[in-house]
Amino acid sequence: MSGATLERGIHAFKEAIDAPVASFFSSCVRCGLCAHACLFYTETEDPKYTPIHKLEPLRRVWQHEYTFWGRYAKAFGLSKPVTDEELGEWESLVYDSCTMCGRCSMVCPVGNDIAYMIRRMREGMAASGHAPEGLIGASQRAVTIGSPMGVKLPALQAQIRHLEQDTGLSIPVDVEGAEYMCLLSSMEIMNFPEYIGAIAKIFKQANVTWTISSEAFEATNSGVQIGVSDIAAELVQRVVNAAEKLKVKAVISPECGHAYFAIRWEGPNLIGKPFNFKVLHIMELMDQLREEGRLKTTGKETQRLTYHDPCQITRRGGVVEQPRNLLRMVAENLVEMPEHGTMNWCCGAGGGVSSNERADALRLKVFSRKKAQLDAIQAEGLVTACSNCRIYLEEGLEENNMDIPVTSLTETIAEHLADEGQTGAQ
Amino acid sequence: MSKDTTLGEILRKQGVSRRGFLKFCAATASLMALPPGMAPVIAQALEKARRPSVIWLSFQECTGCTESLTRSHSPTVEGLIFDAISLDYHHTLMAASGTAAEAARAAAMEENYGNYILVVDGSIPTKNAGYSTIAGISNRDMLLDTARGAAAIVAVGTCAAFGGIPHANPNPTGAVSVSDLIKDKPIINVSGCPPIPVVITGVLAHYLTFGVIPELDSHSRPLAYYGKSIHDRCYRRPFYDKGLFAESFDDEGAKSGWCLYKLGCKGPTTYNACATTKWNEGTSFPIESGHPCLGCSEPDFWDGGGFYKAISTPTENIGRTAVYAIGAGAAAGLALGAINRAKHDKAVKGHEKVTIDDLEKGS
Amino acid sequence: MTETELLLWVRGPALQVATVIFLVGVAVRLLEILVLGRKVDLAEARGSAVAGGLRTIVMRSFADRATLQRNAFTEVTGWIFHIGFFVTLLFYAPHILMFNSVLGFSWPALPTPVIDATAVVTMIALVVVLIHRVANRVMRFLSRFQDYLVWLLTLLPIVTGYIAFHRVEIAPPPLLIDIHIISVELFLIVFPFTKLMHAFTLFMSRYYNGAIAGYRGVKS
Repeated sequence: MSGATLERGIHAFKEAIDAPVASFFSSCVRCGLCAHACLFYTETEDPKYTPIHKLEPLRRVWQHEYTFWGRYAKAFGLSKPVTDEELGEWESLVYDSCTMCGRCSMVCPVGNDIAYMIRRMREGMAASGHAPEGLIGASQRAVTIGSPMGVKLPALQAQIRHLEQDTGLSIPVDVEGAEYMCLLSSMEIMNFPEYIGAIAKIFKQANVTWTISSEAFEATNSGVQIGVSDIAAELVQRVVNAAEKLKVKAVISPECGHAYFAIRWEGPNLIGKPFNFKVLHIMELMDQLREEGRLKTTGKETQRLTYHDPCQITRRGGVVEQPRNLLRMVAENLVEMPEHGTMNWCCGAGGGVSSNERADALRLKVFSRKKAQLDAIQAEGLVTACSNCRIYLEEGLEENNMDIPVTSLTETIAEHLADEGQTGAQ
Repeated sequence: MSKDTTLGEILRKQGVSRRGFLKFCAATASLMALPPGMAPVIAQALEKARRPSVIWLSFQECTGCTESLTRSHSPTVEGLIFDAISLDYHHTLMAASGTAAEAARAAAMEENYGNYILVVDGSIPTKNAGYSTIAGISNRDMLLDTARGAAAIVAVGTCAAFGGIPHANPNPTGAVSVSDLIKDKPIINVSGCPPIPVVITGVLAHYLTFGVIPELDSHSRPLAYYGKSIHDRCYRRPFYDKGLFAESFDDEGAKSGWCLYKLGCKGPTTYNACATTKWNEGTSFPIESGHPCLGCSEPDFWDGGGFYKAISTPTENIGRTAVYAIGAGAAAGLALGAINRAKHDKAVKGHEKVTIDDLEKGS
Repeated sequence: MTETELLLWVRGPALQVATVIFLVGVAVRLLEILVLGRKVDLAEARGSAVAGGLRTIVMRSFADRATLQRNAFTEVTGWIFHIGFFVTLLFYAPHILMFNSVLGFSWPALPTPVIDATAVVTMIALVVVLIHRVANRVMRFLSRFQDYLVWLLTLLPIVTGYIAFHRVEIAPPPLLIDIHIISVELFLIVFPFTKLMHAFTLFMSRYYNGAIAGYRGVKS
């Protein structure tokens, strides 16, 4: 059997249900608090965006397959089986109005990890042919070309040449035995290539050996976004192969939210064995270097700066304090948003939402949540550590005529590096 | 004593003053929650009352009801009124015995056919007539026979009213109440084990005065005496409401007169006049003496879950059931869980790889 | 059936049946979940899953400040009726007697007037909670028949208990006691088939949530 079918979808649902999922569905008391934690509900007040509601088909499959009475309820027509039509209806709920940001998971009084379940539900949605066009395309490109945006090696090499010229530093490729292998997101390569220059500068100052792999440079994992573990595993395997080939100590995940989550937390589970290298987010590495005294900066930003926590890195990833430690080095007026850290609000564009054209209008609408946060503290500058957040925060700010520059944390650090040796044309 | 002597004449002969007599009538009126204006009506009726014939049948009983009634030795007004009834047949009290006694019963029935009051104490065995007979006649036969000409039947004591102690599990004699056998006569149940003496006389006084039986509850007990529960009239109720309970028979709480709920008091589910009228002419009643109410005026009180088990406790061993249930549940749960696990593992094993070509339908 | 017989049946066989259905049902539901298991996490741990899980079991009862402010009504009424329910159930002397006979141990009771007042507050909170469920956009959207049934079955023991205690004259007091106990038995019987299971499963769901997050170094 090939091609997407309802049967494959239901089968994937069955695989996806484990003890946590079963306990979550058993515990839900329909209190609705998850809705009030989700920006897709708070900014639209449409109850269909209630997080737990997005999981209804999965819940019924759990009931029919894994509970004693549920089997009979289905047999006697007391509970409807999940239909293809229903999954079609749920597609936009699962993909357009959810970034898997996990804020609902933090708030549910009975402890349901709804984002965990959404990730698993996507397996069945995709297998039954109900993933959005944009994500299907991105996955196909990721597998066949190596990048969801279709960025091929020559394009990367061109960017690298420019940066080497700009910075006067070499950007190492395929260096065996380097300490760190850095991944890059297509978004960075195409829209924010300065990131590559920034890490080159930082690593030079800190005296760190690093490299990019020509065989596996893509950080973005479309498989995790569309929710197909088979595809996600294939993409992770490429990174693992390269890391092992180059015998690096650690793989560095760049400023991309889902990329970090995919390689750091899902990676080994996707391929079925632990890595024999570490995985660090670039912020983790920089903070380590800061602690070791290998990162020297000069000067401080003076405007009211605030930090947007990329959901997959902070709340879902566990990198909470590092950005603050780093920013305090280079900012004298760092102000936290009213709800920050692990309770920060999503930019609305993660989890595949930004690759989904159908979700554009909704995504822009829910930006009002971030706007409210920024208004509350009168922010003058916004720093973040995910280029997807970055570009869509910029879009949202523009739509709302807000003149707040959005910068990358890594680039900000790099800009404040204490001069040592060549800096190139600056 | 001549049957034609009125009650008034008898009382005067015995030296009961008019004042004393009227006091009794007033007390009876108020006991039965009748308006004060009824007292002279009662007095008038009792004055002229001729001693009606009363046939008292004793079946499977302990004679406690009779004892209760006749307990007073000093000539009380109740006692005198009792004498004023023509008690034509009573095992314990009548002088005659044997065939003479049975002949007296037959004569009384014939002479007063349709007008005599039948009083019954004790339950009636139905499994085997031999369990209780009088002069070779089974209780059941004697009851049915004597009831034919009765104007009304008073079932005195919980045995006659509800089956009482003989009726208790496993009820080896097949004991039943009067109401179980007689369906076509007015029956007044004066339950209690034994009933309060003044309750009996009050019922009789009512009948003598008005010629009709008093208002009855759903168990055919006179509402005047059985309309309120012990709990609702108990002097220890404030302690119940506050949550102050005796934990044992001799602890501080018990000595302080606290509520006896925890010691198994059935006051909340028992209807009788004990808490107000009390016993031994208002001396005391079980709770006041420190013992929880047994619920003796209620049907099946003997099997009511245990005299010393509080009403809120289960009557069966729930703890043991719980242990077995958890065990059974665990076994069933493990089995069902294993089925779940197998289904899940099978699904995982049967995983069909999803490639980029499988993301669209019909590809 | 006499009143005594009914009271005996309610305190005896009926309670046995309810106990069995309740305990078997709960055990089955819990094991149906647990035995499904979860795959071992092969990623390198940043923090302790066990510590995280245990922490979340306790701390998830307390919402963060902003969530509390945003959902004050739901949070406060939820706290009130839950605490009120448990206080009324566990600290009323006659109830403790019942638990003692099943468990074999007891604990101090609260004064009955305190329980009486708590019951009133709880009943009010439950009515408020129902109104909220119907009036609130999200809750109304999510609610199914079961949510309303469970609400009723949760309220009934408290209302019938209150009526029985105060011997309100709508039926003979012994019957009021019977109805109260039957309402509890209904609650127990329906329990394993409904969201009431959250009373037990929340320990698992909160644990899994905290463990998954704690593994990654996040306090959830």
